[in-house]
Amino acid sequence: MVKVEFLGPIQKDALELEIANLNELAAILQKDEAMKEWLENCAVAVNDTLVTSLECPLKDGDKISLLPPVCGG
Amino acid sequence: MPNILKEWYEDEARSNYGAYIPFVGTVRSEDGIEGLSFDIYEPILESWFKAWQQKAKEKGAVIKMAHSRGDVMLHESSYIAAVFSPKRRVALEFIDEFVEDFKASAPIWKYDLKNGQRIYAKDRSTAIKGSGILA
Repeated sequence: MVKVEFLGPIQKDALELEIANLNELAAILQKDEAMKEWLENCAVAVNDTLVTSLECPLKDGDKISLLPPVCGG
Repeated sequence: MPNILKEWYEDEARSNYGAYIPFVGTVRSEDGIEGLSFDIYEPILESWFKAWQQKAKEKGAVIKMAHSRGDVMLHESSYIAAVFSPKRRVALEFIDEFVEDFKASAPIWKYDLKNGQRIYAKDRSTAIKGSGILA
């Protein structure tokens, strides 16, 4: 089981999913109408490290975070 | 002047740095906002900042930063950063690079406070490098 959390302005509760990689997460979120507008612009972190490829194996207990566009300062 | 700038100055007063360059970001009155509000994701902000601290160290400099979370009203400061370095040129260039990357990469989300609502500042936000892999 991995946990998926949606940060900042994304109004969505965290998910707990049985998935083995980020490709499976992409497939699930692409079916979610409310998420479509965010996916284009979201960065992804696995266990608080940003990743740039979907070829990232996941293991039980991993935490995935979706980070929408930022604006500090 | 924010107290933290005085504290930082005093902390480094005897460290033999020749230059101390602070940057203070304050909330401006525009578009009828009452203030701004911020969400911060600390674990990634910390690793991002640690990488910049390392970069500063390699140049013989020190970088410091503070950012508000939650609401910040008009004319208050939301963001303060500063560089100390032996010579001014390093500090001037470093603060510029640091603040630019902060804007583009630090996991902080900004909202306008307007008519009692908290509205995500989508148009002023930047997608983090590498975004869009799930689309």
